Amino acid sequence: MGALSTEHVLTIQDLSKDDIYLILDTARSFKEVNDRAIKKLPTLRGRTIINFFLEPSTRTRTSFEIAAKRLSADAINFSASVSATTKGESLVDTAKTLDAMDCDLVIIRHAYAGSPRILTQHMRASVINGGDGKHQHPTQALLDLHTIREHFGHIDGLKVAIVGDIAHSRVFGSLAPALNMLGAEVTAIAPATLLPPRPDVLGAKVSTNLDANLGDYDVVYMLRIQKERIELSPIPSVREYATFYGLNTTRISKMKDDAIIMHPGPINRGVELSSAAADTARNLLLYQVNAGVAVRMALMYLLLGGQDGPIA
Amino acid sequence: MALLLKNALCIDPAVSLNAVKDILIRDGEIVEIGDPGTVDLPKGISRDLEGKILIPGLVDMHVHLRDPGLEYKEDIESGGRAAAKGGFTAVLAMPNTKPTCDNASIARNMIEKALNTTRTRIYVSGAMTAGLKGESITEMGDMARVGVVAFTDDGRGVQNDAMMRLAMEYAKTFNKPVLSHCQVEDLSAKGSINEGATSTRLGLQGWPAAAEEIQIARDIALCELTGCSLHIQHISTAKGVELVAQAKANGLPVTCEVTPHHLFLSEEDIDETYNTSFKMNPPLRTRDDMLALQQYLVSGMIDCVATDHAPHAPHEKAMEFELAPFGTTGLETALPLLITEMVSTGKLTWELLVERMAHAPRYILGLPHVKLEVGCTADLTVIDKQAIYDVSAESFESKSQNSAFIGRRLKGCASDVYVAGYASLEDREVVGL
Repeated sequence: MGALSTEHVLTIQDLSKDDIYLILDTARSFKEVNDRAIKKLPTLRGRTIINFFLEPSTRTRTSFEIAAKRLSADAINFSASVSATTKGESLVDTAKTLDAMDCDLVIIRHAYAGSPRILTQHMRASVINGGDGKHQHPTQALLDLHTIREHFGHIDGLKVAIVGDIAHSRVFGSLAPALNMLGAEVTAIAPATLLPPRPDVLGAKVSTNLDANLGDYDVVYMLRIQKERIELSPIPSVREYATFYGLNTTRISKMKDDAIIMHPGPINRGVELSSAAADTARNLLLYQVNAGVAVRMALMYLLLGGQDGPIA
Repeated sequence: MALLLKNALCIDPAVSLNAVKDILIRDGEIVEIGDPGTVDLPKGISRDLEGKILIPGLVDMHVHLRDPGLEYKEDIESGGRAAAKGGFTAVLAMPNTKPTCDNASIARNMIEKALNTTRTRIYVSGAMTAGLKGESITEMGDMARVGVVAFTDDGRGVQNDAMMRLAMEYAKTFNKPVLSHCQVEDLSAKGSINEGATSTRLGLQGWPAAAEEIQIARDIALCELTGCSLHIQHISTAKGVELVAQAKANGLPVTCEVTPHHLFLSEEDIDETYNTSFKMNPPLRTRDDMLALQQYLVSGMIDCVATDHAPHAPHEKAMEFELAPFGTTGLETALPLLITEMVSTGKLTWELLVERMAHAPRYILGLPHVKLEVGCTADLTVIDKQAIYDVSAESFESKSQNSAFIGRRLKGCASDVYVAGYASLEDREVVGL
């Protein structure tokens, strides 16, 4: 058992408030390590970490892989194209197979909600949810919290607008409850066709108008439209969507002076962010990506019984 | 040979009976009913059922026996055993077998296999469109001639309105009811649970109530247009029942059934464990719907209870929630659940239980009536209301264990079942042929 109150991170709710702050504090130390010329620590030497990615992913998988390697763990990528699942093996059998190889930590990304739970039922390893269908993406929420906290010094009391394809977003599924837990106020902003049936259960207020209270928010978090998870198009055209829900220089000028823009990536220029909005210094996307490595290092370290090992 | 069933509390609202009686059965029929000790048994077997309740045999008009083609989930023999264990004397098999039961040859095979393998009466329903594809009507006349009692595309709603009209007109030609699974597939899409709070929390695609209610409303309109008897299957929302009640008030031949899982479970029972035994079609709805369904069953707005017994192999249910098949088994838990949750709590009388689980299904399907009176077929269910049933995977006669009720402790279940005077269940043990 590690330093956290849980051995798996399947949802953001698996973590207590204390867990979250411990992860964010620990990530701060790892960020210093990441700024050094020699970025490697011996902390998880001899531990085996499997990146089990059943959905195409480059940035998240790479981030986890870099995090594992910086801690000296043996990181193995087990992805859809080479996995047994394409040969008709069930997730249960794949889990048992991986378990037989004695791994310590598995990060799973899969197109189906709840699938990380299946791994925990058939493996001894700790499991981190790297994104399950439309459900959750807890490490994205953690790196977002880290970004917000480093920028403002606190999370409590902030007003956060999350804009875009809320209905199909696992980022929202983790981030909204997390912000709620830490005392921020979340407003989901999207056309009704891109809202889930009950955003309130995830701790969010709802608005269909981006302009209405744009000057109130400390954070404007823009989501990408998840074209791969949508059958009938919920927007009539990209042009109209960008007109009503895209962030451009006019809208940025209406934001609070110290408000920041965030985005989980990858961005679609000209859709949710105009090119100018994407390139403004107020857009913290690359800071988020950078923090992602440190946050994932922190989570791995704490889950695998770090605590005693040397950080610095 | 004769059979004398002594000292049971005999309940049948059809003949206003609620008294301790002795019942004498000969050649499959009830030949005498009298006060305890007054009926002579010249030669035969006598069973003392003191403390038990004896009612007309229960009928489950919605079961998937998976035979032919999917016998690894269930077959006619094991399904018949599960029915007997659960207190049913008869079931109606759904046609989504492999191949589909959409012609007389397959229907006849099922009927014959049933006669040779189980004491439980197996009635057969035929598909109303070929291969359940909703594209062309089936040879209903041929199927009716070999004994098929109703037509249904259960498992799918007929998506084309004109095709549904044709199927209803054609079923009416042979005086058979149409049993309708109501689901607008464009709206339910890839939904795997009710659209609402739980689907949002769990990140699952929702299957909205409207997708069911729209087709209920359409089928009622087509019932009015065609005059065909219409039975709405596994109704899951309060609004759906209210549509049916309005149709009945307008004098249309419309009935509906509710499953035990929609009566006693709601979307709130689905949690972060993503237990696929709770994945149903139609999905478990809101708690308000659940409570309304209980009330509507009591009031008679819902005509009967049917289980939608849907056995699946363990490896099929041990999948990602969105990939797992829909359904729960139901034959062995339905009666104990109804007794535990509704009769023992005072919500439902024994008389109404008999109406909803024995008389109404026979009436809807046009089957011979079974009453506790001289001259009637001796299809009987005996209930031990004190018996404890701990539902577990090991407890089932069914080949499959995908029950949403595993872990429950239920009180009251069938102890004996007689089909035409022969025991299919005796002291809670299944009796084969």
